[in-house]
Amino acid sequence: MAEIRTEDMVLNMGPQHPSTHGVLRLQLTLEGEIVIDVKPYIGYLHRCFEKHSEAMTYPQVIPYADRMDYVNAMSNELSYVIAVEKLMGIEVPERVEYIRVIMSELQRLASHLLAIGTYGNDAGAFTPFLYCMATRERVLELFEITCGARLLYNYFWVGGLSHDIPVNFQKKVKEFVEFFKPKVSELNNLLSFNKIFIERTANIGILPADYAINAGAAGPVLRGSGIKFDLRKNDPYSIYPKFDFDIPVGQGLKGTVGDNWDRYMVRIHEMEESIKIIEQAIDNIPEGDVQSQIPKRVKPPVGEVYARTETPKGELGYYIISDGSLNPYRVKARSPSFCNLSLIRALSKGYMIADVVMTLGSLDIVLGCIDR
Amino acid sequence: MDIKEIYNILKLAFEEGIGEPVTDKPVDPYMIIDAKNINAVCLFLRDEERLQFDYLNCLSGVDYDKDNLAVVYHLSSFALNHKLVLKTMVPKTDPNVPTVSDVWAAADWHEREAYDLIGVIFENHPDLRRILCPEDWEGHSLRKDYKVPEFYNGMKVPY
Repeated sequence: MAEIRTEDMVLNMGPQHPSTHGVLRLQLTLEGEIVIDVKPYIGYLHRCFEKHSEAMTYPQVIPYADRMDYVNAMSNELSYVIAVEKLMGIEVPERVEYIRVIMSELQRLASHLLAIGTYGNDAGAFTPFLYCMATRERVLELFEITCGARLLYNYFWVGGLSHDIPVNFQKKVKEFVEFFKPKVSELNNLLSFNKIFIERTANIGILPADYAINAGAAGPVLRGSGIKFDLRKNDPYSIYPKFDFDIPVGQGLKGTVGDNWDRYMVRIHEMEESIKIIEQAIDNIPEGDVQSQIPKRVKPPVGEVYARTETPKGELGYYIISDGSLNPYRVKARSPSFCNLSLIRALSKGYMIADVVMTLGSLDIVLGCIDR
Repeated sequence: MDIKEIYNILKLAFEEGIGEPVTDKPVDPYMIIDAKNINAVCLFLRDEERLQFDYLNCLSGVDYDKDNLAVVYHLSSFALNHKLVLKTMVPKTDPNVPTVSDVWAAADWHEREAYDLIGVIFENHPDLRRILCPEDWEGHSLRKDYKVPEFYNGMKVPY
């Protein structure tokens, strides 16, 4: 039979589409149901973070950093304050470091719960989403009793914290840890090992390890491809060397190493590791003042710094140039979602159109972080 | 491996265009590389057995001073666990820098961003379009002398 020539179809997914997790437009070129090209268009949420920063003083940038990855504000702040502290040579008190680590790990739980819940939602499983949101709510409550805000905290300041933890914080965190522990196996039963879910995710969107490195993949996306790399271990910052935890990597249990299921599963395991860190840290918070090191005027010397931390989404780096004045000369944010989203083209080519949704969800992008 | 050793290796491999490492400023030391050399140097850094810079952390465009733009490359190596910062300077009147997106695929979007916001033109880039601003936006907003246009497509731009 002679081959029938067919026209390629161009289809716009987004900017308003429930499974693009924000305002992202993907221009799909399709041959029947097979995707032959994906062209992402971003920038719908561009709020000029970098330009704004140049007009602000150093501490004034922190609330803007919050709003980059708005479901993960603590980690954004941590990266920024570490960069400024490195530039100024400030050593923060140990109590501050402990509280920062606990907050960052709680934030990692909240961020991963949202990622996992919405990913189940993408696959058509609505129940796990509600379970995840209910659990995430408990984390947000812990943040709320600490600093009054549920999403955008402005809690980590240069050299310290905006204020101390409340008196009953440790007790509440311990209660939460006990509450959270059975949740992981509950999620596994509900979603991870569900036959339909595995069929939708395993062997799809395979990211080979060498391409992952070359294309700048970060965080769970990188580790999903079997690369054991975590900045908390490989380029330690804060007091992470004190804690004992593992780096989960993708093993290809249900399909191939580096497929969507692997990336998803890395997040599940990372939540267990975060709980381990919180448990080790919560009883050892030393006494002290959390504000003693906060400078009255944040005025770093002339110089430049690139500081990076491991956020739930991957490597978040701030490149800050100081000209010795009160305002930063240049702030560049290297956002993990930005680099991870650029993989979508390579990961979706040759798969079905419904798989694009699953691959996009497995990258766990937040458009606020991409567009800045 | 520290920046002095890397500098010595590069100095042997390339006759010119490799600047002395700058280490006197606080924190990260860096090297200034001639723009015309940058692609060859990056390829060398990636493939050389002793260096293996396989990961591009960050590529930033900077409005450096009155006459110059800079592109800053933050590199690291998974295999050897070391880091390096490179800079290249180009005059604002002729802001052409060869692309490194053939060396690291990660550079593709970063270079588009630097082009969009700073106005560095990356030669041989496969798809050099604006990425964050709309395609018909005028000017490069992270330049220090950038003036916000009063109107965009006939709409008044607030603030």
